[in-house]
Amino acid sequence: MRKEFYHVFRDNKTLLLLFGLPVAQIVLFGFALTNEIKNSKIVVADHARDEVSFQIIEKLSASRYFEIESTLLNNAEIEEYFKRGDIKLAVVFPNKLQQELSSDHVSQIQVIADATDPNTASTLTSYVSSIINDYQQDLNISLGFPVQIVPEVRMLYNPNLKGTTNFVPGVMALVLLLVCVLMTSVSIVKEKEKGTMELLLVSPMQPFVIIISKAIPYFFLSLINLTVIVIMSVFLLGMPLKGSVVLLYTMSSIFILCALSLGLLISNSTNSQQAAMLISLMGMMLPTVLFSGFMFPLENMPLPLQWFANIVPSKWYYNMVKAIMIKGVGITAIWKEATILMGMTIVLLIISFKKFKIRMS
Amino acid sequence: MHSVVVENLRKQYKENVAVDDASFKVNEGETFGLIGPDGSGKTSIFRMLATLLVPDGGEAHVCGWDVVKNYKEIRKSVGYMPGTFSLYQDLTVEENLHFFATIFNTTITENYSLIKDIYVQLEPFKNRRSGNLSGGMKQKLALCCALIHRPEVLFLDEPTTGVDTVSRKEFWEMLKKLKKEGITILVSTPYMDEATLCERIGLIQKGRLLSIDPPQVIIEKYPKALYAIKSHNMIELLSALRELPLIGSVHSFGEHHHITIVDRTLTLLDIRATLEKELPYPFQIDKIEPSVEDCFIQLMEK
Repeated sequence: MRKEFYHVFRDNKTLLLLFGLPVAQIVLFGFALTNEIKNSKIVVADHARDEVSFQIIEKLSASRYFEIESTLLNNAEIEEYFKRGDIKLAVVFPNKLQQELSSDHVSQIQVIADATDPNTASTLTSYVSSIINDYQQDLNISLGFPVQIVPEVRMLYNPNLKGTTNFVPGVMALVLLLVCVLMTSVSIVKEKEKGTMELLLVSPMQPFVIIISKAIPYFFLSLINLTVIVIMSVFLLGMPLKGSVVLLYTMSSIFILCALSLGLLISNSTNSQQAAMLISLMGMMLPTVLFSGFMFPLENMPLPLQWFANIVPSKWYYNMVKAIMIKGVGITAIWKEATILMGMTIVLLIISFKKFKIRMS
Repeated sequence: MHSVVVENLRKQYKENVAVDDASFKVNEGETFGLIGPDGSGKTSIFRMLATLLVPDGGEAHVCGWDVVKNYKEIRKSVGYMPGTFSLYQDLTVEENLHFFATIFNTTITENYSLIKDIYVQLEPFKNRRSGNLSGGMKQKLALCCALIHRPEVLFLDEPTTGVDTVSRKEFWEMLKKLKKEGITILVSTPYMDEATLCERIGLIQKGRLLSIDPPQVIIEKYPKALYAIKSHNMIELLSALRELPLIGSVHSFGEHHHITIVDRTLTLLDIRATLEKELPYPFQIDKIEPSVEDCFIQLMEK
């Protein structure tokens, strides 16, 4: 039995896993990952500009759930905001809100939510509805007669609130990451372990040729994987594919390259297949699940974690896939994400080429 | 002209000194053996010469190229066979050979003459995965792969460790043939009996070279008279001999003990007479020629 304790304590990686994991999970799940949504960015289109609409806007901005980004009037502008992914929700007040209420005792307020993430969308719309409801009750008392403000909810991009829209891009990010990071890192470390790297190094082959030829098969395998996922999600799960397929593949290729260079980096820094696998799983899979926004909305996380999420490549890829497939946007709407991802890829590639050891350590 | 020049080479792993001030030269076309026990620094020297490790001190040149500055040129002109089987076990014999030919920018046919003798033995198994070959076959395949680009210098790190006696013999036969092709061979082995097959050997211990000479010279330089002694109870004999002031050193060698005598003027008959007085049981003693191993032990004790 003493021997078993020695095994555990002499293996630093296991030890880290044993004690680091529970701590990390408690912290993450306890503080960061709640399904409650706070401080969501919304826009308001106030066509009424009367007392009622002002009061409702007042209430919305007073609530800790929302942060009013701007008040505009134009429907096209709202559309633009949604496409860029800047806002999650828009509230549109009708032309003569107060007038309608006093004459017809009933009026409608349009609540438009970005339903690419159905969970967030339904949570947010219910927040808005309850705020409007509260206000309506106050109004009944002050007016002395019953009025009805009906929130008319529209789920943009995903009217049936299908979970697939959320889940498919997440799976795409996960699978590509799994294949690329895990497989490349393991395959290079395997050569180190088996001693074949020794021979490869002694050959006149250029280090970058070794790296590139390692990465190419996985690049193509990932593209095949991607195709299978896309076909299955479109034809089997009814996932929309509104944007351009070429754009989707271009962005995916960048993401795959990014993942491949991460894999190379990991393999350069580890010497055993186990370590490479552990780092890939712990260092890549968990952040993807937790910080891409696919399981837990990023908006509610504490700021440090939100910053951290920015360095997780899958976050950017996930956002792009959602935008391309569901919203059908073009490159103009996602150029920011694309540039960031491309920058990450270039930096990672440079680092991994630089770090590739032309000798044995 | 020297193919390999090693000058005051040092390599250290943290506090562990693996190679300590090693210097030797290998002539062009020579078969040079590095002989020493496990952990004596042989593999570290090989890796430094094959440009896989950077020395912590001293210099080394292979084919005139510096192992640190001109590592690219060296990688083009040497063949290296590591101590552990380092081919792709999931590729077949032929695929492995083809792969190594490709990464050295050559083809199997181009230098087939060089590996022909070895490859014919492998031919029946050419579609077998290299992981399923016997130990001897694996080493032959590894040698083929190291030779495929007709290197000027061949580094063989313990090529015969873990290989049966027959295959070991065959392997050395092949090296003899390669020598005729003018290839310089630097080979290491823990087996002392293989030392005599090299033209010159360097005896290495704890990272230091004890002596560098042709095997015959090393044996001739042996300073003492050596005797082999045998009896029915070898263990008792060993401790009894160690008590005797007459005897310089005792070492167990298989079924004999090898002993050296302090006083060189004593003849075999004198020694036998003295020992008969001291030992209560019958024994058999003969004068013998020292082997490389005897020399190694003697040098180690200095």
